[in-house]
Amino acid sequence: MTHDQIIAAIPEAAYLIASLLFIFGLKRLSSPRTARSGNLVAAVGMALALGGTFFLSGVGNFGWIALAFVIGAIPGWLLAKRVKMTAMPQMVSLFNGMGGACALFISLGEWPREMGFNKIDIDKLATNLNIPAQLSGFPERLAHGFPMLLGIVLGSISFTGSLVAFGKLQGLISEKPLRWPFQQAINVLVLLGILIAATVAVSSATDVGIGIHFNMADPHEGLYLIILVALALLLGVLQVLPIGGADMPVVISVLNSCTGSAAAVTGFAMHNMSMIIAGTLVGAAGSFLTVLMCNAMNRSLAKVIFGSFGAGATGQAAAGSADKTLREVTANEAAIMMGYARLVIIIPGYGLAVAQAQRLVHELDELLEKRGVEVKYAIHPVAGRMPGHMNVLLAEADVPYPKLLDMEEINPEFEQADVALIIGANDVVNPAARTDPGSPIYGMPILNADKAKNIIVIKRGRGTGFAGIENDLFYNPKTRMLFGDAKKALQELNTEVKAL
Amino acid sequence: MIYIFILAIFTGVEVISRVPTVLHTPLMSGANAIHGIVLIGGVIVLGRAGDNGVLFALGFIAVILGTLNVVGGFVVTDRMLEMFKAKPDAKNEKAK
Repeated sequence: MTHDQIIAAIPEAAYLIASLLFIFGLKRLSSPRTARSGNLVAAVGMALALGGTFFLSGVGNFGWIALAFVIGAIPGWLLAKRVKMTAMPQMVSLFNGMGGACALFISLGEWPREMGFNKIDIDKLATNLNIPAQLSGFPERLAHGFPMLLGIVLGSISFTGSLVAFGKLQGLISEKPLRWPFQQAINVLVLLGILIAATVAVSSATDVGIGIHFNMADPHEGLYLIILVALALLLGVLQVLPIGGADMPVVISVLNSCTGSAAAVTGFAMHNMSMIIAGTLVGAAGSFLTVLMCNAMNRSLAKVIFGSFGAGATGQAAAGSADKTLREVTANEAAIMMGYARLVIIIPGYGLAVAQAQRLVHELDELLEKRGVEVKYAIHPVAGRMPGHMNVLLAEADVPYPKLLDMEEINPEFEQADVALIIGANDVVNPAARTDPGSPIYGMPILNADKAKNIIVIKRGRGTGFAGIENDLFYNPKTRMLFGDAKKALQELNTEVKAL
Repeated sequence: MIYIFILAIFTGVEVISRVPTVLHTPLMSGANAIHGIVLIGGVIVLGRAGDNGVLFALGFIAVILGTLNVVGGFVVTDRMLEMFKAKPDAKNEKAK
């Protein structure tokens, strides 16, 4: 092999090894014991693929590339290091959006090279790799431009969709499902507009002018791409705005696999093996993960995307609750109930996380254990805001792993429990999911807190939960409400238990 | 390339088919970091832009965004997973 051949083989070899590392890393990520190393393995793969890229022929501008790395890496690092664990889901969404936007810009950047639009002076480019001989005929040009069009559309949807999801979880945009007239019709129109813009962009991309010919002057050729981008960006917003906050994990997962697919199609456009493999891996794994999440919440994906959560239910439930009474309890009484119990099951929810009270729960747990009370945690699959979110939050507060029990394990134990302590959770213990076919969460598996001998609910206010649904459990004769911020309520509770 | 595409789909599903619920969030986050591979596309666009201003700008922005995705994605995932790992050790030390 000549020196040049060796240089030319470097990127391919790096991509091959990187792809294997991605697969291996993903595999390790799916088991708790190996997960952290799996993430590192994938990161090494990424570094390798990146290093190999510098050996591709015709790649220059190294100084500028390095500068862009630094500009991207510093905020990425800082944001990721500083974000609170409770705000993690929106952070993932934000990074996902960046990936989508990246795919969008790349597809736009590849377009002129591949399609020769607007007569960018090809000779002026550093190299003239991948330039098609002559793209004659609309079908051929479409086949050629299709991956880029898809990259543009998927990337745009991921970008704005993720930003809206970020806004909703961060509280910048209303978490409530937003609805407006002719919602579906507008979406279909926008989608139609995307198809038309894409077609026109393809057909006006070269001066050959075969196929659908709109006979537009050259300067306008780029305009169709801009219209295409604008419409796709709009579609991302329109699709995510009507979805309620409770379904955001699923949305983020969908958008995640969307960005993965965008990376894959961009890889097709650029003939880059590592992008195809890594993008497809994420696209497929992400879709599968979405299905798993939907199963955990017993929501069909179609319902998440096309029917918003809790839209019609709030009104009727509010009307029905007028004659019901909430029974309040003081911290002192609650402490007595728990201090003399044999088994207490704690059901943590997002309210706990928001109040940053994980450590106080752990303290309560230790105080009770000292008195000989057995304490267990019941973790609903979607407790917190994403599957597994609550485990992470409690692990952060040093709660021993074996005490965190999954729904299937803990549900039979509620009947023996003297107290079920619900902290900032709502929908995951709502018996309407079992009994009321009209409820939006009907059919979702829930924690059987209502089977416990006593139920104590720590809740900030009288409002409905994240999904905006009234909870009958709170009106159960066995239930006592301890109103207040989770942090303050737990502090009082801990003081009272200590004093027992 | 189509073969690779199809094989990658199967691999993607097969590899995570037995993931416990606990790991859904970190796994999603990890996958999120992996699709940061688009960064490579950005590097190629910028690297081959020559003196074309439009391509340069597109590539430059793409590299910044891609880097955000990659760096942020891996670091956030690592932070999440750190907790799974550190906890039993920390507990043992306290017990002693």
